[in-house]
Amino acid sequence: MSAAMVLLRRELGLAWGRGGGPLPALAFYAAITLLLPLAAGSDTDRLAPVAVGVAWMVLALACLLSLDRLFERDYEDGGLDLLMTGPLPLELVCAIKCLAQWLAGGAPLALAAPVAAVLLGADIALAPLILACALVGALAFAFIGGIGAALALGARRGGLLVAAIVLPLFCPPVIFGGAALYAAALGSGGVSGLMLLSGWTLAAVALSPLAMAAACRNALS
Amino acid sequence: MIIAVEGRSLAIRRGERLLFSGLDFDLEAGSALALTGANGSGKTSLLRAIAGLIRPESGEVFFRGAADAGVARAEQIHLLGHADGLKGARTARDELVFQAAWLGGGEADRLDRAIERLALAPLLSLEVRRLSAGQRRRLALARLITAPRSLWLLDEPMAPLDTARRELLAGLMQDHLDGGGLIIAAVHDPLPIAAQGLEVGT
Repeated sequence: MSAAMVLLRRELGLAWGRGGGPLPALAFYAAITLLLPLAAGSDTDRLAPVAVGVAWMVLALACLLSLDRLFERDYEDGGLDLLMTGPLPLELVCAIKCLAQWLAGGAPLALAAPVAAVLLGADIALAPLILACALVGALAFAFIGGIGAALALGARRGGLLVAAIVLPLFCPPVIFGGAALYAAALGSGGVSGLMLLSGWTLAAVALSPLAMAAACRNALS
Repeated sequence: MIIAVEGRSLAIRRGERLLFSGLDFDLEAGSALALTGANGSGKTSLLRAIAGLIRPESGEVFFRGAADAGVARAEQIHLLGHADGLKGARTARDELVFQAAWLGGGEADRLDRAIERLALAPLLSLEVRRLSAGQRRRLALARLITAPRSLWLLDEPMAPLDTARRELLAGLMQDHLDGGGLIIAAVHDPLPIAAQGLEVGT
């Protein structure tokens, strides 16, 4: 088995081992979705116009939840030393960790996104596009979030710091995804927005491992 | 295979403090180097610099016999300190298998040899957090057997082990040297094998 597969399997195993994988983030997602009607009233005329946007934004927030531990634990227990003396370059190690973060957290949340949107009153015909945007967007959130997690290494109250670093960087994918979904809701097709989102995500997947690895090296030295 | 390690005029700074400068060492295959010095003198930092985890302020480490330092560090170095990278929630067996596979070993006969030599069999099904410090160290040491690499960088390898296990580790280290390996160890007590000494610190 190649080293990359060895590491991916371990990261997935660890993600499920510490606190049940995506279940806490899914519970968070469900709770926010339920809170919105309680706070804004259950009138579907009022909820339906924002349903898609809320489902999309809560996905971004839920993706933040487990980010602060992405590198922190390995940094503290010597796992990062072990990963750095292994056969893969640190950039690839970081990319694999983010991929595992997406598989174990982001992708299950993306499956919940269309359900939440439809429950809040979105048109069910939008569900496939919501799912596509959520899957692609969650991948971007995992890789961009990794930069924040690596930069916050060694800082006290790293969780808040991660959110402060990462949320501004979440703006472009949130805008592209939101635009795609609203264009589709107005009947003018959301494919161009989805393309923009995909392009941005590709760039994030390609470039952010460089930043993550540099931040990890900096934290160790 | 690394056939020699050379450090040339190494200086390491941690924060504002210059730990040491102008440090040279030479180590041939089949020999060991014991780093001594007071707490905080820079023994651990030197090991981490050799492993490439921190960048020395000046000077360089050369690995003879490897294509370049990057390859040597990715394929030929074991770094083992008290932060061992073992995950508390995983079983000893999972960790043993992962560390071996990640570091480029893990063939079944090597795993069996490590389990037998370090008497790990009764621990394998336990979660790592249930292990004592000495048991945990033995589990971490297993990677030295399961993944063959030529240069061992050991930080206080004897510390949590009982007398019998110290002799066992001494045997492991001697076997490694006899097979043409190299060992650099940071120690407070003398190493139980023949070794050159190097005093670290200004």
